[in-house]
Amino acid sequence: MKVIVDEDKCCGAGQCVLIAPEVFDQRDDDGIAVVLQAEPGADQHDAVREAAAVCPGAAIELG
Amino acid sequence: MSVNEQVLRYPIPSDAALDPPAEWAELRKECPVAHVKLPSGDTATLLTRYDDVKQVLADPRFTRQLTAPDAARLSAEGGGVFSNEMATIIPDGGEEHQHWRRLVGRWFTAKRMSALRPSMTEIAEGLIDEMVAGGAPGDLRASLGFPLPVYVICDMLGVPAEDRDRFSYWSDTLLNLTRYGKEEIDAAQAEFFQYMSGLVAGKRAAPGDDLLSELIAVGGPEEGGLSDLQIVVTGMGLLVAGHETTANMIGKMVSMLLADRGRWESLLADPKLIRTAVEETLRLDANAGFGLPRYLGEETEVSGTVLPRGTTVVCSMAAANRDESAFEAAGEMDLTRSPNPHLAFGAGAHSCLGQALARTELQVVLEVLLRKLPTLELAVPAGELERVEGLAVGGLRTVPVRW
Ligand code: HEM
Ligand code: SF4
Repeated sequence: MKVIVDEDKCCGAGQCVLIAPEVFDQRDDDGIAVVLQAEPGADQHDAVREAAAVCPGAAIELG
Repeated sequence: MSVNEQVLRYPIPSDAALDPPAEWAELRKECPVAHVKLPSGDTATLLTRYDDVKQVLADPRFTRQLTAPDAARLSAEGGGVFSNEMATIIPDGGEEHQHWRRLVGRWFTAKRMSALRPSMTEIAEGLIDEMVAGGAPGDLRASLGFPLPVYVICDMLGVPAEDRDRFSYWSDTLLNLTRYGKEEIDAAQAEFFQYMSGLVAGKRAAPGDDLLSELIAVGGPEEGGLSDLQIVVTGMGLLVAGHETTANMIGKMVSMLLADRGRWESLLADPKLIRTAVEETLRLDANAGFGLPRYLGEETEVSGTVLPRGTTVVCSMAAANRDESAFEAAGEMDLTRSPNPHLAFGAGAHSCLGQALARTELQVVLEVLLRKLPTLELAVPAGELERVEGLAVGGLRTVPVRW
């Protein structure tokens, strides 16, 4: 699994960080999401899929 | 009577405070793009399907310019949170909106909210102790639902919480649909504006460790910051957004979970369900208020219907959240539902900026209540709970509880 965040679509709502804090974080200066683990381990896959499904900006792409 | 045959009044009245009006299912099925009559008497186009609501909220052609001359007025008294002049001071779209959002958004990140958890927990515990000391039955709305979010947002903004009764009144007038007259609204908004201007001026002179002081410290628009007027309006917006919605949601969430004792028992047995349970109550909130209005600047199609430019659209997220095509067993409360891509916080570029805060507050309230008052129950039958009327945000008038 590959995880990408489209910064332009991200509205900084932080859902991804609340759901998968090991994979996502938000920049301190503007709240935009950053990917901590671009290829997360299998134990994270469910959480990452949930984050992508509920992201209000549809900003999380899974490859 | 079929929903197609006449122009529906909107908001659609519902008999029971926690149950959806029967019209929603009918509209989603038969009339996804419906004509409705607003409290002002103007007409608008109501959307109730999940896909339509989500698409429109994320589409910048559907603007928030409800001040346009041909936009429908929501309330006969004008003004209101969606269509007053203040709404035009914060940029509505494009890069300028994104810039505003990122300046303010850094204060609402998930990490910051998690850091606030211990202090929120402490506030919630103190408020519950006070409610218990007052003896049963208590009113969970007045004892916990309203004060908690106010303390939290006041602390973030650096606004004195002692003034909270005034904020409540000012925000009620801003969220007016039918409750207040024009003169009263104008006077209240002028007072609120003056109050916030005074605070901002005070912070410019003597900065504190809070959001407003830091917004000031960034500098004016030339330095990449906001104008004084924008800071004042941002402060007002955050104060209103930060308390009324969450405060009401606390009462509704607890009521929904207590309405069926089995739900409370499952949470007691497995507190790990708190996070998904909060999301499920947000999804199933049948009393969410007005929904979101949008003004269409150019002709567009939704669900096969052409909407001319100048159309005012109302998105009912609460109806969309019960759409069977988006959620399995959409009418049922499933405390384990995941993923739960409900639209209670909107979608797209304007999606609620404070959602991490709201979620954290709701989770903390539930966690503390389950731990401190496991025997909590409603002191009236759920069917007797009464809605708040006449405001754009839905809530319950009181939430009587015993323990
Ligand atoms: C359960 C509680 C809450 C609910 C249901 C809620 C709902 C919403 C919704 C639906 C929107 C979208 C408006 C639109 O698209 O036009 C929104 C926007 C917003 N919310 Fe919330 N909200 C809640 C709590 C909060 C809190 C605690 C804050 C923090 C101060 C907040 C601040 C905002 C702001 C600033 C916006 C405007 C964002 C923008 O235009 O970019 N909200 N909220
Ligand atoms: S959930 Fe989506 S919009 Fe929100 S911070 Fe994460 S990537 Fe950005």
